[in-house]
Amino acid sequence: MSTIDAPRSPLVSPQRRRKRGINWEKWGWIYMRASGVVLVVLIFGHLFVNLFAGEGVKAIDFAFVAGKLADPFWVAWDTLLLWLALIHGANGMRTIVNDYANNRLVRYILLGAIALSTIVLLTLGTLVIYTFDPCPAGSPADLLPSFCPVP
Amino acid sequence: MEHKPSVPGEVPTFTATLIIRRFDPEVDEEPRWQDFDVELHATDRILDALHKIKWEQDGSLTFRRSCAHGVCGSDAMRINGKNRLACKTLIKDLDISQPIYIEAIKGLPLEKDLIVDMEPFFDSFRSVNPFLMAGGAPKDGKERKQSPVERARFDDTTKCILCAACTSSCPVFWTDGQYFGPAAIVNAHRFIFDSRDEGSNVRLDILNDKEGVWRCRTTFNCTDACPRGIQVTKAIAEVKQAILRGHP
Repeated sequence: MSTIDAPRSPLVSPQRRRKRGINWEKWGWIYMRASGVVLVVLIFGHLFVNLFAGEGVKAIDFAFVAGKLADPFWVAWDTLLLWLALIHGANGMRTIVNDYANNRLVRYILLGAIALSTIVLLTLGTLVIYTFDPCPAGSPADLLPSFCPVP
Repeated sequence: MEHKPSVPGEVPTFTATLIIRRFDPEVDEEPRWQDFDVELHATDRILDALHKIKWEQDGSLTFRRSCAHGVCGSDAMRINGKNRLACKTLIKDLDISQPIYIEAIKGLPLEKDLIVDMEPFFDSFRSVNPFLMAGGAPKDGKERKQSPVERARFDDTTKCILCAACTSSCPVFWTDGQYFGPAAIVNAHRFIFDSRDEGSNVRLDILNDKEGVWRCRTTFNCTDACPRGIQVTKAIAEVKQAILRGHP
C-alpha cells in the first residue's frame, strides 16, 4: 500500500522569494513602535518645558534657547528628539510611497528625495545643537545679544 | 368560543433603487452604473434583490452565489461602499430612501458585473501552507489530541469562509496586489497557533516578508468587513508578535 504525502506548496513563490540578510521591514516596524513610545515622552516633555513651565510661552526668546542648549541634559534631549522624530517621519513617508507609488521611476525619485532631505535635516539639526554659540568670539557688539559678556 | 385561523397580515413591500456597477467584457470598455427599481420586503436580503433583478428584469446580471446562507463565501460584494455578503445583508439595515450601490469587490481583476478573478486571492492563500503540517504518526498511533484550551487558541480564525471580503477591503492590497492579504494571514494563524501543527516556523518565515505581515497598517477594514466576525487585525497582530518571539 502506498501513501500519499502531505500536500506541498512551494515555500515561497519565486517572485516572493526574499534574499537573506537584514529584514528591514521587520526592523522598520519595530523601530516605529519603539521610537513612538520614546517620542511621546520627548515631545510632551519638550512642549511642557517650553510652553507651560515657569513663565510659559512668554519666556521663549533667543536667550531661552541659548540657555537650554548650554545644558548638556537638553542637548541630549534635543538630539534624541531630532533623530528619533525625523527618522520616524521619514520611515512613515517611505511606507506611504511604497504603498502608493506604483511607477518605479516615481517611487525611486520620491524615496530618494525623502532620504536626501532626511540626511540634510539631520546634519543641519545636529550641527546646530552641537555648534551653537550665542556669543561667537570676534563678533561686533551690536550684533550680540545683551547677555553676552562685553569684550 | 370560535377559533379564528390566524391570518398573517400582509408584509408591506416598498420599492428600493439599486445602482449596480455593470461590466460586460464583450461589450464594455469601462464598467458602467445601471439603476434598477425593485419591489422588496424589509426582510429581504441584497441577494434576493439581485435575484429579482436577474429573474424578472435583466437576465444578463452576473454574480456568484451558492449556499445563499453565509457559509460558502461566494457572494462577497461592495454594498454601499462596504464589503458584505449579499446573502447576509438585510434590506431593512440599509437606508432605502437612498439608492443602494452595489459593485464587485476591489483589488482583484474584474471579470463580469459582480464577478472577479479570485485566483490571486487563492494563490496567496495557498502560499501560506493552509493545511496541517505534522511529521510522522501521532504518539499513541491513534489521534492527535488537543485540549479545549489549546483548541480555543485559534478558534476565531477557523471561522474563515474565504469570501475575500477582508482582503479586498484592505487598502494595502488595493495598491499592487503583492501583499499576502488578511485572509491568507488569518488562515496561516489558524495553523500557526494549532498545538498539533509542526510547520508554524515555516509559515512564520513565509509571512516575515516585505509583502507579509509587516505591510499591515492596522486600518481595521478587514475586521469591519469580515462577515464571520473574525478579529482579523488582531490575528495579524498575533502573527507579528509570534514572528518577533520566533515561535507561536
